[in-house]
Amino acid sequence: MTVSSQASVEEITLVTQAREGDTRAFGELVRRYENKIFRLAQHITQNREDAEDVLQETFMKAYEHLDQFKGDSKFYTWIVRIAVNQALMKLRRRKTDKSVSLDETIDTGEDTIVREIAAWDENPEQQFSREELGEVLDSAIQGLEPLYRSVFVLRDIEEMSTEETAEALNLSVPAVKSRLLRARLQLREKLTRYFKRKGDDAFAYL
Amino acid sequence: MTPLLTCKDFLRELSDYLDESLDAEIRAKLEKHITECPNCWVIADTTRKTIKIYKGMEPYPIPSDMQDRLMAALEKKISAKK
Repeated sequence: MTVSSQASVEEITLVTQAREGDTRAFGELVRRYENKIFRLAQHITQNREDAEDVLQETFMKAYEHLDQFKGDSKFYTWIVRIAVNQALMKLRRRKTDKSVSLDETIDTGEDTIVREIAAWDENPEQQFSREELGEVLDSAIQGLEPLYRSVFVLRDIEEMSTEETAEALNLSVPAVKSRLLRARLQLREKLTRYFKRKGDDAFAYL
Repeated sequence: MTPLLTCKDFLRELSDYLDESLDAEIRAKLEKHITECPNCWVIADTTRKTIKIYKGMEPYPIPSDMQDRLMAALEKKISAKK
């Protein structure tokens, strides 16, 4: 038996115990995933206070609705779904965030825009301090539409599969793929401003 | 003869290409395209680096006071439910 399958068997046991009222088992599930859920909430809300609220609300809702967890998906996918919903709701309520439009219709990636075409150094991030790099990466993510942001965070930061991401966001697999492509291209575009090789400004490939 | 890929076709497949989830035939076509098209090569390379940089981001652990607040809130909720 592999380590991961051992871990998942144990997880089912923990969920069963928690459902039967074992609060220590639920506490163990919280400890396993709190860092990941906090990170995810922070990326989607881009706000520490909101992320903390989302963290609490997620585990409270999970506890309340444990009997609705059917066990046909991973427990992690199930709580991610709760967390993403809470995070998107926060954004919707935050009136100052004018970029929030969760019901927009998005077509399927025909018009993905590429404006900046410039090569980067091999490891461009090494030219920045950790703090600077963090700021650059955060501000690029912040510029994405919330649904693109959510797809990117789940697929490329949390490294969930396309299918798990689709399940967590209640989207079809093609919708996840088209949003991921756009999110990646938009981030690439934004990061190119910081990471392009010096001297490439004047170099036109077109 | 199979039709040549356009840059637009290449872009549409870029995500799956980078995730290595394409079958060999399409993959070979895309690889042929980037050896001939410097623009698409740059886009593929910088998109790959974009993904790599974000994957390499160090996770920031929850500060312990936040963890304590979470546990306190959950305990309150659980005891109210009992």
